[in-house]
Order: sequence, then structure tokens, then C-alpha cells
Amino acid sequence: MQEHLKNSVIDKVKARFGTAVKDVVWYAGELTVTVDKDAIVGVSSYLKNEPDIKMSYLSDISVVDNMPRVPRFDISYHLLSIDKKSRMRVKIAVGDGEKAATVTSVWRSANWYERENYDMFGIVFEGHPDPRRIYLAEDWEGYPLRKDYPLKGYKDQYNPFGEEKKK
Amino acid sequence: MARKLNTDEPIETKALTLSLGPQHPSSHGVLHLILDVQGETVLRADPDIGYLHRGTEKIAENIYYHQFVPYTDRLDYWCGMSNNLAYVQTVEKLLGIDIPERAKYIRVIAAELARLTGHLTCVGAWGVDLGAMTILLYAMRERELVLDLFEMMCGARVTNTYMRVGGVRYDVTDAFKERCGRFCKIMKEKLDEYDRLLTGNRIWVARNKGVGILSAEDAIDFGVGGPVLRASGVDFDIRRDEPYLVYDRLKFDVPLGAAGDCFDRYTVRMEEMRQAVRIIEQCLTDMPSGPVTVDMPEIVPPPKKDVYKNMESLIHHFKYVSDGFKVPKGEAYSAVESPKGELGFYIVSDGTEKPFRLKARVPSFCNLQVTDFLSRNSYLADVIAIISSLDPVFGECDK
Repeated sequence: MQEHLKNSVIDKVKARFGTAVKDVVWYAGELTVTVDKDAIVGVSSYLKNEPDIKMSYLSDISVVDNMPRVPRFDISYHLLSIDKKSRMRVKIAVGDGEKAATVTSVWRSANWYERENYDMFGIVFEGHPDPRRIYLAEDWEGYPLRKDYPLKGYKDQYNPFGEEKKK
Repeated sequence: MARKLNTDEPIETKALTLSLGPQHPSSHGVLHLILDVQGETVLRADPDIGYLHRGTEKIAENIYYHQFVPYTDRLDYWCGMSNNLAYVQTVEKLLGIDIPERAKYIRVIAAELARLTGHLTCVGAWGVDLGAMTILLYAMRERELVLDLFEMMCGARVTNTYMRVGGVRYDVTDAFKERCGRFCKIMKEKLDEYDRLLTGNRIWVARNKGVGILSAEDAIDFGVGGPVLRASGVDFDIRRDEPYLVYDRLKFDVPLGAAGDCFDRYTVRMEEMRQAVRIIEQCLTDMPSGPVTVDMPEIVPPPKKDVYKNMESLIHHFKYVSDGFKVPKGEAYSAVESPKGELGFYIVSDGTEKPFRLKARVPSFCNLQVTDFLSRNSYLADVIAIISSLDPVFGECDK
């Protein structure tokens, strides 16, 4: 099932988006295509609508904090084609404080996925229809899944075991 | 002066905001639903989640790979076995190991038993939400039988931690196989009993048919999974379409719905339970003998009885527990068909004993997103049916 990706997808995406495609990796039977961060909406809607590829289902969006690397974050879009029974991953790199474009116009499921990643990493998805935190309280300080956020949280009246905040 | 009610002029109503939950008898777990209602009609339903957020993913980055298995039990606590499976399978993918045949069959049995507990809870709680108490008691009675089987497998009833990287913790005994076979026979009869109780029940049909209709396109677009996706007529099941373990050798049907309403989600779950029983029966017959873990001492600790008697085994055990094992650098995503839908783990490894990043793709979270879409312009009472049909579990949804 994954074979059809090997033959068609890589060539097609490369032909269509040229230099915006930065890297193609096969690892553990999975295809990861790294693209330029400004091209993500275009690549997404192409992969969704191209009849041979048809990545109609967005499984998940996940972020990795690679501190102190620059750019700091990797955002992975896990795609699934229900018609072709194949999966692939599209990846973009976003720096600290930079914004990523929202893909909610391509898949409506991206709404909550992006809210979750904003909540946990503080990445702002530009053009998101409902940019709020999802798990944590609205007035929560910091973004817990960043590597510089302490495991036990910050010390305050509710959390005596937390770390002291650096001034 | 009392207002006359039998007048022809309509009574003025205004839109209200109501909080359903987080403490409400018919909201599942700690779901806090903020509802804008105009009379009985729902204008907007905004799920406010996160009451059970424990930072599972952050914890994972700070412990060894083998220490994370118990945390997965506490995601979807109704069916811990499926969560165990999804996690260990991803680590095995990164390690590039293939587990022995017998362990594969045992894992399938465990995962399908977990599917039964998950769906039994779903149907039972759904019934009680809509006012049918009996079905909950019946479903819990059968669930106890499954928990007894789990206890025979690993000693734990709910938080199993049965699967480990490289296989399963204990071999199953002949007594287990015999009892599991007996359970399958009982379960088939009981499923017919539920059918008689619910499927033709006028109230049940009236509350569920035509409620919360989700088309196939919307289901895919919203990223819902499992029974909710299939009830909308999307023919996709990871067990069949991206087979893992030994699912490609087993015969089972993937039930589909046509209308995509709550009633279809119910019938799909009922049929999935029948298919789960069918799968378990096949596994019991086909299961070969042999080891249940891979022969890799760095990944699998020695049996407990050796640890007590043998110095080398004690050292080995100590080394395993305190140092863990290294996983090669790379990233992998692996998904299984859990009772709620696609449960996937995305692990990025930097070559050490701890995951650099672990992301759980939890189906309850993804399914719950569609609540607002389904609830708009429906009646308040239908929202209860819609939530129950999506079957969110908050241990999993909030992570």
C-alpha cells in the first residue's frame, strides 16, 4: 500500500512545488516530506485533492521542540489516505515566535489539533478560527511541553513542589 | 398579576448559556459542555475539556521506555490493553523487532477483550444516559467476566500493563483458554439479549434514529475514527486495511452504517462485539505454542522466579529496571484500531533510554471535536444521545 507513495507522490510533489520541498525521508516504512513553512497550505490542499494521492484524513498534528536548534520547532502533519490505505507525514520547521499558517481550511479536524499545539507549545497558527487554549486554563502561564518548562511546573501557592521561576 | 398562558401571542424566550457538567449524571466523565440554547434548541455546543489533564506526554519524556507502559493504561481506562498495544507496537517499530507468533495471538485476544469491555461500557452508559438503567447492569455483569479473564492473564483487572516491549508479560494458561472459550459462548447469548432489550425498543429507537447525523465526507473531514467513522459509511478499519499482529490471517467483517446517526453508531458497536468474539474464538484455536517474548535480554527482563533464585538474573533484572534500554534514533508513528478509533503513538527518539518526544493521537479527543457540528439546531435531549454515541473517555481525551 505504501509502495504507491514511493512511485508517485515524491516525484509529483517535487515537480509541483520544486524548491519548497526540502527533504524526503523513508524510515521504518514511513514517508516524511519536509517542506518550506510557507508552502504548507498549498502542499496540504494538493495532497488532499490530487486524485492519485487523496490524503483526505488528517490523523494528527504534532510538534517537537528541538531547543536549542534554530528553527526551534518541527510541526508534523500525519496524513492518511482512506482510499489508498497509505500514510505519510508532512513536516515544517518553525522558529520561536514565528507563526505557522493554519490548515483548518483544508481539514476541519485541524481546528482542535492546532489549538492543542498552541496550548502546549505556544505556536500561533495564523488565521485559526478559534485560537484559544484547549486543555489548560485561559490564564495559564507558559507552555508545558516546551523543553524549558520544568517537569514539576512553576512554584506558586497551589504547587509547593514546583521550580522557582527564573527572573 | 398572573400571566395568562392560553393567549395566542407567543411567549418570548431568549438565548441562554448553560453549563452541562463537569459534574452531571449524564455527561460522560468530566466533560464540561457550554451550551447556548434558545428554548430547547441548541445554538452552539462548546466542549470545555482538560479537567483530567495530567501531562502524560511530558511525563513520557522524563521516564524510560519500559516505565511508560503503566501510564498508557490510564489513558482510556476502560480498555487498557488496547493502549498498551498501541504504545509497545510503536516502540517495537522503532527497535525494528518482530515478536513471537504466540505473543501476537495473545495480544489479539487481549485487544479484542478490551474492545468488548470498551463497547460494553459505551452501550451500558449510553442506555443509562437515556434512561434505560437495566442495560448498564447487564453490560457491567458481562464486563466482570472479561475482567476475570484479564485477572487470569496478568493479575490486574483494569490497569493491566500486560504488554511489554518485545512481547507480553506472562504466558496464558490452558485454564485461561478454556475459560475464555466458555466466555465467548456466554457473550454471544448475552449480545442477543441486549438486542432484544434495545434494538427493537421503541424509546431507544426514537431517541437515537435520525439524531446526530454525520455524513461520510464530514466524518472524514472532522477526523473522527472507529465506530463513529464506520457508522457514517466509511469503509475503513486499521485491523483490516493496515493489518498488524495476525489480523490478516483472521476472518472478521467490518460492519458499516448507512445513515450515520446515533442508532447506526449503536448497531455498528453491537456488531463489532460479535466480530470480536469471533476473532477471539479463532485465536484460541489457532494459537501456536512457543515463547511469548523475544529473545533479547537487553529489552526483556528475566522471569521473576529466576530473579529470586539466580544471581545473574537478579543483576540482569536490576540493570533493566534502573537503566532501561536504548532505542535507535529516529521517528515512528504506529496506530491500532482501539475501541474508540485510531489510537496512535508518534515517538521521536534521540537514541537514549527516554523518548525525546511522545505524542498520543487519542481517538476520544478527535471524536469529541464533532460535538458542536452534530448538536447545532438539535434538541437539548439529543445532545445527551450524541455525546454518548461518540463515547468519549476523559482519561484519554485529556491525556
